Formats: sequence, structure tokens, C-alpha cells
Amino acid sequence: MSEAEQTVGEADLHAWADGRLAEGRRAEVEAWLAAHPEEAERASAYRALNEQLRTHYEPVLDEPVPERLESAALRRRRWRAAAAIAGWIAVGAAVGGVTGWQLHAQRAPVPLAQPDSPVIARRAALAHATYAPEVRHPVEVGADQEQHLVAWLSKRLGAEVRAPRLEAEGMTLVGGRLLPRDPGPVAQFMYQSAPGRRVTLYVRTEGPDQRETAFRFAREGNVRVFYWIDRKFGYALSSADLDRDELLKLANAVYQQLNP
Amino acid sequence: MSDAGSLIALIPRLRRYARALVGERAAADDLVQDTLERAWSKLHLYRHGTDLRAWLFTVMHNVHVNQVRASRPTTALDDEMPELAQRAVQGDALLVRDLERAIAALPAAQREVLLLVALEDLSYDETARVLGIPIGTVMSRLARARDKVRVSMHGKGASKLQVVK
Repeated sequence: MSEAEQTVGEADLHAWADGRLAEGRRAEVEAWLAAHPEEAERASAYRALNEQLRTHYEPVLDEPVPERLESAALRRRRWRAAAAIAGWIAVGAAVGGVTGWQLHAQRAPVPLAQPDSPVIARRAALAHATYAPEVRHPVEVGADQEQHLVAWLSKRLGAEVRAPRLEAEGMTLVGGRLLPRDPGPVAQFMYQSAPGRRVTLYVRTEGPDQRETAFRFAREGNVRVFYWIDRKFGYALSSADLDRDELLKLANAVYQQLNP
Repeated sequence: MSDAGSLIALIPRLRRYARALVGERAAADDLVQDTLERAWSKLHLYRHGTDLRAWLFTVMHNVHVNQVRASRPTTALDDEMPELAQRAVQGDALLVRDLERAIAALPAAQREVLLLVALEDLSYDETARVLGIPIGTVMSRLARARDKVRVSMHGKGASKLQVVK
């Protein structure tokens, strides 16, 4: 022990409290601490402080994320999308109304969306604008693993979701991804036609008191959205490539598939 | 996962650290927002495959240092800071308040080290890299921070007894 005594220093006390000592060293330090109650008490207090800090701030992890932070995390994608597809600049402008992003200062020629567009349409359009232009990573899980994709999204949403088949409408499934939302995450499926036109289906769970609604239409910049609530799910079908009538036809196909 | 997806997933962790660092919720979220915006403009400096969270802490550190410099000539609160009027609170609430106050009373440089190590569980090496300081400085700041918090929480309990009349 006397050997350890010479070598146990201040840094060892902290490393012990932080659980950063290798196993052999930890035994040495603990033997030393057993013989030095004052230092042992101090090291224990350091360790207790770690616990207190983690316990005290842990609830922050579960707080709903404010929309402005989510938007800040997505921001660059919107710039990129806006640069890639000029018309989409209006999406940024529409969102800017909410986030304070001052894009409308550019006098975008495209009409701005109504600020009171329902949240589901706004979010779906934003998610569409974020991921639809992606060339390399449009989805997290590809259609080649469709079973896995559907099982995974169902598990995370806590309800059985399905990816409608839209081949008859000329749209094939690209894959899907999970998006953050409070409460509970959202699923996004992406479809693509042969000429590369893309549509995304945004699926979220709804509270038990939600009633069914008819199709509603919203326009967020160049992204058109049909959205509706059906039993325990809210759906939003978005596209910047399809016109309103094409999108409505597709929304009907989705609705019928999900309600056989 | 995409960059945006990774950033979104890390927001809760950034918020937790910012809350402990800054104290007040709105100010902490402002710091997170500034950090995310800064991260996008500096993304070319991030090396893929390295720890994104640690890199974001670095970005947040830089943003925070700039803000503190811009807003307050004195870089940190210290123990001389006059105590806020305190209403009577009991038990856990008292402890919690003392914890927050003890953390807030630390000089910013010590607070950062303590929180990265004790709250965010970064290694001493990672902490040194995030803050751009030698590991010896990490250890000395950590030691000073812990002793101050210990004394301040311990001491407060004693002085409170004297206040009661």
C-alpha cells in the first residue's frame, strides 16, 4: 500500500469519482482510500455530485423540442433545396414566418402559404422539402427491406402502419424514415415515378379524440399537400412534382388501400 | 443518418448541457439554436466519422464564449455575487436550488469542464479537445470546480440555519 500511497494523487480521486480508472488501478486507489477516510469522503462527494447533476438535468432530455430548434437543425437542407429548386424558396419563406427566417425579404415571386396552415401540412411539407431532393440518402431504410421498414416504423409509432402500394398509379416505394415529433415520432414513406417525380406520405398517430376528416388541401410554397385524419392516424401526402389533381388521385388511392 | 437527422437527434443532449451551462431555459435554447446555426455554417470543418456530439459541444463552447464576452465584461459570476433573495423552500427543492446556484456561481471555464465531465460523461481527453485546452488544465479546473461546489453547498446549509430567527 505504501507504494500506492506515493502515487495516488488528486487526479486519481477525480478519475475514481468519474469511473475513469482501469480496473487494476481502481483496486489500488480504493485500497488507498480505505486507509484515508478524509480523501475517501471527498472522492465520494465528487461522485455524489455527478449523480446529483445527472438526476437534476435528466428531465431536460424528455422535454418536447421547440420547433425553432428543430428548424435550426434542418435549416441548411432548406437552403440547399431552395438553391436546387428555385420554386422551393417559398417553403423557406413560409417556414420563416414561424421561425423568424427572413427569406421573404428576397421578394419571392411564389405566393406564400397561409400562416395558419395546419401543423400536419406544414410539417409534412417541410419534411418533404428536406428529404425529397436527396439523391444519395432520400430514405433511411430502402424498399428492398420493406418488411423491416414497416415493422420498424410500426414499432416506433406504437401502431401498425402500412406502406400503400402505388404501382398502379405509376409510383414505386423508395423507402422510409422516422422523423422526430412531440409526442411520438412520425413515419415518412417516399415514392417515386419512373421520370423521378417524388411523393412523400407522412403518417403520424392521433389522439383517441380525433375524428375522421375529409381530404384537405394545403400549399406550402411549391409543395402541395393533401391531408386527412382516419381513425388513429393523421396522413399528409406531399409533392412538389405533381399537380393538385394528380396528387388528389394518389391520395384517394392511398386512402382506399388503407381502408380495404 | 443524414446530417440534419443526426443534428435533430442530438438536440436533447445539447439542450441539457446548455441548460446546466446557462441556467435559464429560454437563454439555454437560444444558445442551442445559435449552436445549430453555427454548426451548419461550419459543417465543412466537421470530420465525418468522428463524434458529432463532441464537435457540437466545441461549437457551443465557441458560441458561448463569444456571447459571454459580448454581453458581460466580467467573464463569469463568482462567489462574491450577491445572493438572490431566497424564499423558504424545503428538502429536495432546497438541495436543487443550492445545486443550481453552486453551478451558476462557478467561473464559466470551470463550469464547462465540470459539466462536460460530470454531466455529459466526456473523458478528460475529449473535454480537453472540446475546449481546446491541455488535459492538465482540465484536471485543475475540474478539481477547483468540485471543491467550490462542495464548499458552497455545504456552507449554504450552515448559513441558512443562522438566517432563521
